Amino acid sequence: MTLKRSPLHETHCRLGGQMIDFGGWELPVKYTGIVEEHLTVRRAAGLFDISHMGEVWVSGAAAAAFLNGILTNDITRLEVGMAQYTLMCNPQGGTMDDLYVYRIGAETYFMIINASRIEADVDWLQTQLAAFADHRQVVLKNVSAQYGAVALQGPEAAGFAGAILPGSGLIGIDRASSLKKNRVDAFSLEGHEVFVARTGYTGEDGFEFVAPVAIIGEIWQRILRAGEAAGIKACGLGARDTLRLEACYPLYGHELDEQTTPIEAGLGMFVKCEKGDFIGAPVLAAQKADKPQRKSVAFKMTGKAPPPRASYELFLPGATEPLGTVTSGTQSPSLNSGIGLALLPAAYTEAEQPLEVAVRSSRFPAAVVRKPFYQRPPS
Amino acid sequence: MSTQIPEDLKYAATHEWLRAAADGTATVGITDHAQHELTDIVFVELPKIGRILAAGESCAVVESVKSASDIYSPAAGEVVAVNAALSDNPAQTNNDPYGAGWFFKLRLAAGGSANGLMDAAGYAKATGKG
Repeated sequence: MTLKRSPLHETHCRLGGQMIDFGGWELPVKYTGIVEEHLTVRRAAGLFDISHMGEVWVSGAAAAAFLNGILTNDITRLEVGMAQYTLMCNPQGGTMDDLYVYRIGAETYFMIINASRIEADVDWLQTQLAAFADHRQVVLKNVSAQYGAVALQGPEAAGFAGAILPGSGLIGIDRASSLKKNRVDAFSLEGHEVFVARTGYTGEDGFEFVAPVAIIGEIWQRILRAGEAAGIKACGLGARDTLRLEACYPLYGHELDEQTTPIEAGLGMFVKCEKGDFIGAPVLAAQKADKPQRKSVAFKMTGKAPPPRASYELFLPGATEPLGTVTSGTQSPSLNSGIGLALLPAAYTEAEQPLEVAVRSSRFPAAVVRKPFYQRPPS
Repeated sequence: MSTQIPEDLKYAATHEWLRAAADGTATVGITDHAQHELTDIVFVELPKIGRILAAGESCAVVESVKSASDIYSPAAGEVVAVNAALSDNPAQTNNDPYGAGWFFKLRLAAGGSANGLMDAAGYAKATGKG
């Protein structure tokens, strides 16, 4: 299979990025080192290519009603210029995808979906739209191939984010750095519309830029130039993964899949059962009320140990039958310790619950800890 | 980035190096190229002393932040020493792959020394550095 390439492919090669297969995409895992890039984002600022992410326009008079029937969060709370984290579930409550919705206009929504789920999501959306009563008043357009995206993340980002794009936002922000958390605006650059949202996937303050592929290289260069004095570094997807794991953000295919509900994944606050009916609502409401039988927990290795990895088995100390499976794991650059997320029976998910992680032919002690592993210091 | 390939060592295609001593033992580690690709080595699992290894046998694991990689013995022999210091400081392999970052020592099996291994020029060519 030929790997898909980002519009920034040449740039990554020129910067010495170590290119690997990321779910069918050829993307940099690192430029100099995951730990160095990780710590640069925690200390200063980093820039990530996230062009593999998918984008879908949903517009029309019935767009909000359509989306509210298939997404778990309440889209009626989303005003123009806001961005909302939400999930899309199947009737069993299993997760189709986790995504961001931007409200760009009164009847215009822009969905940012996972690269690995573009086909599944678009199929699902089209099937649901065909069954939707007012389907003539909704226009659905998968524009994933036409857009690229980059994420600027880190405590220094806000200091120069306003200097990257000229002019004020079309929705009303004077400059990108004025955006509040989970707000979005559109800026004009060389005749193209660039969306900037104060969102991210690292646990740091930051901005995500989504723009037509023709202009994404220019945006990348402008960000690196604007952030030079602040010590910005291009960062690979290896650091993106360690950063999101320290912040305990889920990764689709690991913490979330079609068999795992958002409630089990600990994302109940993004499931608004009181908003009215939506796909998966009965199952999710029951799970919320009765507490789910399994839960995604954070755990930390308690001694000298190899880093836990996805698919390793977890045990109660000394037990022969596994309790559950690691969904994501790594060596935390901030804590300098092995950390992970795991799906476990609810009875064993309290903080300090002792566990063992099986690594090859040995077992290593670990314990459940409160989420997240890392929280940015209050500014 | 240029990586070091000392002239006096033998190399396996799987990026281990072997330094044979006059007494029939040999020291094994991973190359500068390998540590550079791995970058952040956070854990090294070494073979037990006394284990008999065949050439090419998987016998150790080196873990970076991103992944676990198997290490293969570049020659047949018995493990006679391991670098216990890597347990506390696995980054020694990043900092000094041909010195303090060594993995284990073998007593080479009779007649099974370093056949099939590359010299420095061969390894440089194999890694595209020649």
